[in-house]
Amino acid sequence: MAQLSVIERLEILADAAKYDASCASSGTAKKNSIGGKGIGSTEGMGICHAYAPDGRCISLLKILLTNHCIFDCHYCINRKSSNVRRAKFTPQEVADLTISFYRRNYIEGLFLSSGIVKSSDHTMEQMIETARILREEYDFRGYIHLKTIPEADPQLTYRAGLYADRVSINVELPTDAGLTRLAPDKNSRQIEGAMGGVKDSIVEAKDARKRFRHAPRFAPAGQSTQMIVGADAASDADIVGKASRLYDSFGLRRVYYSAFSPIPDASAVLPLKRPPLIREHRLYQSDWLMRFYGYKPSEVMQATGDDGNLPLDIDPKLAWALKFRESFPLDVNRASREMLLRVPGLGVRAVNQIIAARRHRTLRLDDVGKLTVSVTKVRPFIITADWRPTTLTDRADLRSLLAPKQEQLELFAA
Amino acid sequence: MIPAQRIRADTRYVIQLPEPDDFGFWRERARALVQCDVPPDRIAWVEPGGSGDLFGRGDLRVPSPPADAPQIRVSRRFLQLAKNAALHSDPERFALLYRLLWRHQANGRVMEDKADNDVRRLEDLDRSVRRDSHKMHAFVRFRVVEDEGVEGSGDEHYVAWFEPDHHIVRANAGFFVRRFANMKWSILTPRLSLHWDGETMREGPAAERGDAPSGDPAEDLWRKYYASIFNPARLKVGAMLKEMPRKYWKNMPEAALIPELVAGAQQRESTMVDAGTLEFEERPETLAAIDKAIHACRKCPIGELDNHAVMGEGPQDAALMIVGEQPGDQEDQSGRPFIGPAGQLLDVHLERAGIDRGKAYVTNTVKHFKYVQRGKRRLHQSPNAKEIDTCRWWVESERAIVQPKLLLAMGASAARGMLGKTVSITKARGTPQMLEDGSELWITAHPSYLLRLDGEAREKQERLFDADLAAVAQRLAEMADS
Repeated sequence: MAQLSVIERLEILADAAKYDASCASSGTAKKNSIGGKGIGSTEGMGICHAYAPDGRCISLLKILLTNHCIFDCHYCINRKSSNVRRAKFTPQEVADLTISFYRRNYIEGLFLSSGIVKSSDHTMEQMIETARILREEYDFRGYIHLKTIPEADPQLTYRAGLYADRVSINVELPTDAGLTRLAPDKNSRQIEGAMGGVKDSIVEAKDARKRFRHAPRFAPAGQSTQMIVGADAASDADIVGKASRLYDSFGLRRVYYSAFSPIPDASAVLPLKRPPLIREHRLYQSDWLMRFYGYKPSEVMQATGDDGNLPLDIDPKLAWALKFRESFPLDVNRASREMLLRVPGLGVRAVNQIIAARRHRTLRLDDVGKLTVSVTKVRPFIITADWRPTTLTDRADLRSLLAPKQEQLELFAA
Repeated sequence: MIPAQRIRADTRYVIQLPEPDDFGFWRERARALVQCDVPPDRIAWVEPGGSGDLFGRGDLRVPSPPADAPQIRVSRRFLQLAKNAALHSDPERFALLYRLLWRHQANGRVMEDKADNDVRRLEDLDRSVRRDSHKMHAFVRFRVVEDEGVEGSGDEHYVAWFEPDHHIVRANAGFFVRRFANMKWSILTPRLSLHWDGETMREGPAAERGDAPSGDPAEDLWRKYYASIFNPARLKVGAMLKEMPRKYWKNMPEAALIPELVAGAQQRESTMVDAGTLEFEERPETLAAIDKAIHACRKCPIGELDNHAVMGEGPQDAALMIVGEQPGDQEDQSGRPFIGPAGQLLDVHLERAGIDRGKAYVTNTVKHFKYVQRGKRRLHQSPNAKEIDTCRWWVESERAIVQPKLLLAMGASAARGMLGKTVSITKARGTPQMLEDGSELWITAHPSYLLRLDGEAREKQERLFDADLAAVAQRLAEMADS
């Protein structure tokens, strides 16, 4: 077969990488290129250098080293039995591409993943080599995210963490049964074992840096993982439960959800229908509730319906509030921060501002309106100096009053 | 400066700033004015080029504060925001800053009242300047100046053209220095330009777009990347526009692709929808009508290949219906099911089990031959799940007419064609399943599977196949008796 050009291979290997949800470049140690011989900086805040028409941020050069793979995971477009075009890059080519894009300010760095060729260890070594060229030969100080392979030698995962800002290992599916059925070559014990190993290395390196200023950093932006939603029968309650266990046991920075999208040349084991994209969105919202709003996983699960899934028409916070109406309305001039965070329509920023402002004045509905996006949504759940919802909170049709209006479908739509 | 003693209560001051982003200058003047107790409504702040002389005439000199002037009160939060808000292009910004500074003297905690209009305005200004700076970090696109050194040699010069909304360029020079410390670069803007040679920063005059290079060799790669990383199945143009408004597009090489990508995605989506919503007309009522209809069927891509539809054959009142996967090369040419190598093998085994093929209705799940051309040969390809599900319409129509009591599905495709879901042959074989119309479904391997095996494995599979056929034969006999 004739060797494909760099641009053709970039097309294949970027296309293969687009099912990875994460493109974050934030939360790492501060670095810059002053005093070095290369380029690159990270200043804490991630930067999205472009947005694709799918609304997603392009922050990193997100590619696969190769899309050849010896595994046969049904949900994956690169599985062994799939007919996709295959290509591969050498570590040097990826490093050169990264530097060339970085110089022109197209990207924050590299997100490298790979199909498994020869063996897990061999693949992992190739990925580490790419990061090594960038860090050591080009003295690159931008962001590197390596998707490590759980089946590889822990020593290799450790080396990856020394070069990378973030490492991630995908748990792939929310249930063990799903994993056994759809990813026959993977094993949840092994995946979680590898995540545990990464967590230990991160904790150790952090501790060492407290005592020795020059101790090596290990994945300063932490580790994350990704789950596919809608390829197996797991309900939202299962997924939320799994995610919270992962956050607790492995100190993850993020759990990413990727709505299973029917891939070309799909395996017959998979559902043909894709889950509604909004489901992914609702899961992210519940993730936010747990991380920033102080909800316990069990409380998010209370917001799910009888089938264990979050309602699609309203957000999980509103669903929770409608279920526990006895907690409302809350007096914004008196209620605690924890409780204010539970008012649908009040975000963390608005709550902080309310708490700061109420030291200076007794808030009226008008004042709350200035601090929030939509006062209509908040109104049934709060009391202010000049407002009391009286019967509004108890109305049986409150849900339909607050749920976003459904778009009328066209009768003759294609 | 005028000694404070001579300040008259009605003097109006006009303060002219040397640069639109000179926060230090404003701070010096504002401090003196507050100390001299000059209220906000008696000061006009004028930036270069601004027509700010609201009072017609005013005193251009700033009074010097008395020696016993009180200390200025100011909160840290105010200073943080003010430094940034001073870069905004709103001509009222310095007046707003002074008004808030003035109010600090009476209430040191004024900044905490988030519902106050001045505080909110200051926060808005700060937010839009931060956003503008952030977008500058993100959307500046360097282009290499050709003929000035080879890429990677360290001599080449990278130049960007950028049009910010606010006076943020000077304040953000540090970001680009930290990031590209060892690169020679320039950022050109309509107000000023920055030049970094790897060691020192130099400021230059306003520039024009034409001063920057018009292209870059890496842009083709970047555009290819941009187009490939985009997932057309999840078009969200609104979300993109919110973060990357059109005003930035003209200076971003990848943005030229957006209209094409959006149009392509909609097209792709609609072809997917077309493929997804199959509209069949009413079910044909005779086998002849089905035969005619399948020849014209183009509901899936197999129908578009160079092939012929192959209709099932056998008595219309058969008790047994045998269903295979799809016609092969020979079947396609002759137009009859199961006459190729697999068909011949099937005949042998049917005879062994005592089943008369002539009394059975023999057909396929998929009506057309799916293949890939390899030289002169047409190599068989298994139909995918979608194609099987599409073609179910026809085999279901045949079932509705023939109404067999027993169905024998051979192979995974045939099983899917009957059940609508994929089952494992190993698990499903040997035990019948009741279908909705009351008929019994038996599942076994496809004879072509036996053809691909040899030695012990083949013997074993042939035994299993025979056992399945024997069970079917016995069941048929039972059904005939009852």
